[in-house]
Amino acid sequence: MTKMAATRDGYGEALLELASNPKVVVLEADLGKSTKSLHFRKAHPERTVSCGIGEQNMLLVGAGLAASGYIPFASTFAIFTERAFEQMRNGVARPNLAVHVCGSHGGTHTGTDGSSAQSIEDLAIYRTLPNVIVMHPSDIVSTKLLTMQLAETGSPSYTRTARNKTPVLYEGRENEIQIGKGVVLKEGTDVAIVACGVMVSQSLDAAESLAAEGINATVVDMHTLKPLDGALIDRLVASCGAIVTAEDHSVIGGLGGAVAEHLTSNTFAPLERVGVQDRFGESGQADEMLEVMQISTPYIAEAAKRAIARKV
Amino acid sequence: MTSTDELRELARKCRVHIVNMVHRAQAGHPGGSLSEIDLLAALYKTTLRVRPSEPKWEDRDRFILSKGHASPGMYAILAEMGFITVDDLASYRVLGGICQGHVDMKWCPGVDFSAGSLGMGLSFGMGSAIAGRLEGSERQVYVMLGDGEIQEGSVWEAAMAATHHELGNLNVILDRNRIQNDDFCEAQMRMFDIPAKWKAFGWNVKEIDGHNMDEIVEGMDFLKSSNDGPSILIAHTVKGHGVSFMADNPAFHGAAPNDEQYAQAMAELGEVVA
Repeated sequence: MTKMAATRDGYGEALLELASNPKVVVLEADLGKSTKSLHFRKAHPERTVSCGIGEQNMLLVGAGLAASGYIPFASTFAIFTERAFEQMRNGVARPNLAVHVCGSHGGTHTGTDGSSAQSIEDLAIYRTLPNVIVMHPSDIVSTKLLTMQLAETGSPSYTRTARNKTPVLYEGRENEIQIGKGVVLKEGTDVAIVACGVMVSQSLDAAESLAAEGINATVVDMHTLKPLDGALIDRLVASCGAIVTAEDHSVIGGLGGAVAEHLTSNTFAPLERVGVQDRFGESGQADEMLEVMQISTPYIAEAAKRAIARKV
Repeated sequence: MTSTDELRELARKCRVHIVNMVHRAQAGHPGGSLSEIDLLAALYKTTLRVRPSEPKWEDRDRFILSKGHASPGMYAILAEMGFITVDDLASYRVLGGICQGHVDMKWCPGVDFSAGSLGMGLSFGMGSAIAGRLEGSERQVYVMLGDGEIQEGSVWEAAMAATHHELGNLNVILDRNRIQNDDFCEAQMRMFDIPAKWKAFGWNVKEIDGHNMDEIVEGMDFLKSSNDGPSILIAHTVKGHGVSFMADNPAFHGAAPNDEQYAQAMAELGEVVA
């Protein structure tokens, strides 16, 4: 049985470990129980700032703390970080203040809360901001490690975590996790599936079903969307000649957008983008949502075949 | 201790710089710079603990100009204090210049906050105040807001959070000049009883005439001495104060004088133009 855990718990664990650095502070907007910053609050109330239900204020309180030498980690639901986008743009990214924003409950995988809670554009919008690191880790182990690495970057960041549990992929492979470096989880030569977040395990399953049909797929966990690991994309183009991106996010501007931008300016390969097709979600269980949005395992496998068929 | 006569002369010199900057650039925001400048002169001379030769001194008081379009006023006082030179003022709105259109901490020494989007400075100031408290420092944070600016909803998120966290080291100076970009505030968005609003949010409140230097100095003492929670000094000012045709005139929120108007302004400010 595959071990399951939620990436948001990895965020909570990372904050607790980071607490040994006295400069680390945690900001909440009444969702600490959900984003998992509550563990830090319980252990270190003096370094936890409740901002109430006020995300715009929260991001700039973070900016003020960062400008004074602190390392703030601020979290709320992914969708509510978007309310403070201009604060992130003008107050955090522009002066390059290392405020670390975590948006939990991202994507349609969030499930029954429905479309208002299912952020499918967060990765796209934060990717447009200079200076900002954008990540969407796939499992609890990598989320914890990447969050801990953020404290050393000196750059602002946005990290999306997920509400629901996903397979644990990196136990015993902790040393492979590094901000800005994609991880090759499976090697193949026919097609490369580049995925992030909850779609990484879906892509591994797709690769298995493709293998049964004699198709050997590479699977990459591209947990960092910005800076994108372009060198790895170039290697995938050379070794596989066809690429599929898979994300629980709009096909516009997210991982698929990032890879498309890279390909058009570098070595070309056919690209199929699996993601939410320019529409909003609805209430449903996490697995049902992946089906409704046509981003689950069979859709990734189909996209892989289309990409292969387009090889010149 | 600087006398009020010296403060008035300092503010007059700053007004000359302000008019020079916007005339030279043929753009910018003279109105709100002229309304705030008496307050800035007193704040910098009598109150702020800063070191012009060491602008990043860690334990300095922080000043955050949230109404960042009124940058000529801030650049003028920074030049008079010695953070930058009077020659630097010629770089206002010029490509590569340290005096960016809106004050920017990445460009200009002595600037602690990158402004330009209204409603952000109080939240940033709140973070700066929490940082000071975490460090056990006595340093104070001063945030200047415009009156039109408090129409931004996020100002009130910060106003509520600041009293929740009992930030006695957080101080606001509100430049109540009654004019915003398009028109008088009264026409754009009536704000009714502004002192009552801040009192209702739990702030210490004092009102002064923002062009009466004796009252301004008293107001600065009020901010320094009220440390049981956040405090706001509501300064009643006149937009464009000191230049007759700019005073109380919405047209000079964001417009530069022409050459003829410039000469008149300089004459009114007691400067002889060569």
